[in-house]
Amino acid sequence: MSRKFEAAMAIVLALLWISPLLFACWAAFHNVSDAVNFRLTAPLTLDNFRTAWNGAPWFQYFMNTFLLVTLILIGQFVLCTLAGFAFAQVRFKGRDTVFVLVLLQLFILPEVLIVENYRVAASLGLIDSLLGIGAPYMASAFGIFLMRQAFKSIPKDLDEAARVEGCSTLGVLWRVYVPAARPTYLAYALVSVSTHWNNFLWPLIVTNSDSARPLTVGLSLFGAPENGVDISVISAATVMMIAPLLIGFLIFQRQFVQAFLTAGVK
Amino acid sequence: MTDPFTLERRRKAIHGWLLLSPALILLSVFALYPSIATVWTSLWSRGTRRNPSEFVGLENYQYLFDDPTFWLVAWNNFLYAAITIPISIALALSMALWANSKLPVRGFIRTAYFTPTVLPMIAAANLWLFFYTPSFGVLNQIGAIFGAAPVNWLGQPSTSLWAICAVTIWKESGFFMIFYLAALQTIPPDLKEASDIEGASAWTYTRRIVLPLLMPTTLFILVNAMINSVKLIDHLFILTKGGPSDSSKLILYYIWEHAFAYFDRPSAAAMTVLVLALLGAVAAFQFVMLEKRTHYR
Repeated sequence: MSRKFEAAMAIVLALLWISPLLFACWAAFHNVSDAVNFRLTAPLTLDNFRTAWNGAPWFQYFMNTFLLVTLILIGQFVLCTLAGFAFAQVRFKGRDTVFVLVLLQLFILPEVLIVENYRVAASLGLIDSLLGIGAPYMASAFGIFLMRQAFKSIPKDLDEAARVEGCSTLGVLWRVYVPAARPTYLAYALVSVSTHWNNFLWPLIVTNSDSARPLTVGLSLFGAPENGVDISVISAATVMMIAPLLIGFLIFQRQFVQAFLTAGVK
Repeated sequence: MTDPFTLERRRKAIHGWLLLSPALILLSVFALYPSIATVWTSLWSRGTRRNPSEFVGLENYQYLFDDPTFWLVAWNNFLYAAITIPISIALALSMALWANSKLPVRGFIRTAYFTPTVLPMIAAANLWLFFYTPSFGVLNQIGAIFGAAPVNWLGQPSTSLWAICAVTIWKESGFFMIFYLAALQTIPPDLKEASDIEGASAWTYTRRIVLPLLMPTTLFILVNAMINSVKLIDHLFILTKGGPSDSSKLILYYIWEHAFAYFDRPSAAAMTVLVLALLGAVAAFQFVMLEKRTHYR
């Protein structure tokens, strides 16, 4: 009896949890008066998508978001690999003190420092550019920590063998450590891409034209009440925007969940 | 001549610092320097063209503490944390227990719970707009079936903060579930068998064995949830813009407003310093708790 009750609860909660999404998908394919009156048999239409697509430079936003997450990912990979390697495998004085200082950045969120970060970005001439959106996130303490843990678990013999063969420090890093840490890179990539695909506040502050605006900022401007678009069109725009990430998630679900676990638990 | 040992050590140190330097430079530019500059800015007055800014000590903080809106916003943020943290942790735990049990539709419910996590907060806010809109919003239509009067969820001070909290809970519970799920899978099955042999009920097993084993995970999630209660404010921009009459305004939104709408950087900086102090306390809390945990082992 109680088992059945629990199963029912679990399913009700699951339905409740995806209902906003299902509802938006349904509304996106119906005209607004049918959508708000729940006419279940109303005809399907693509008009909302047409209106939404013509209402804003979505292609530009898509490209910006795509380039932005790629840029951040490359920056993070390079910087966090180098720093993580130094913290994990190179012994030198002061290393552990610096590591603790780096970890503090886990709590000093870039989001909180918007006021002064904006001034820094302005003085470096990075306002309204993709680099300006991405730069504060590239040296991520989280990424450095993650890579350090990954490199620490790699046996030292491999390292020594490569050195005997005449590899330089960077050569060892590139030939031995990077290939061995591939699962960590994959996990980190998934977490990083989904985080920055979804980021909003800092991009909103740094951009002031469509040339650098990512999707999230574009969507918020498009849906603003001043714009006077109806709720079906907003749903269509929202569905359009989340589709790539959502489809990716549904296909790679297992890896996604695994990625968040690898990234979070260590 | 220097002996080879010292030489080798020096070589390693140079390598180490060279490897660290790109990350350290960026961290200094975008974390260390801004933190110090924030403290510095908060001690100066707001400059205008006629009155250049001057050193005023703690005056900005004084203004802040005299500003009733600041206290309202701080209280809102406190409520926001006090509502969203326990509810999302409790939900995450039940979700994980269900997603880990032998229900036939396990795959579906797991996906359903986790999906909101991959959506941008802005998109989530747009989805929920549909539920909250007055007159034809989904919530009011459901209410109408049961004869309830329509409620302007986002438009009245008594409900706006709750509406904001609901979106946050919806967004983060599934994320926290994942960590519980991982922890649940590390619990050895013999514990379940042993408790079955002893004739313990499922509830006793959960309460006496599973929950204590999940404590470290709960701590990790708690710290994350505390950080989120400062950070997750994107939906305010879509749903309420902090209104009506500041009833759903949260600290980070208020900082943004001061810095980029009112151009009052010193006040924004003073608030940022307070938030940083709070986050520092959270960090200290986590380190202390981690220390305690290692003593147990």
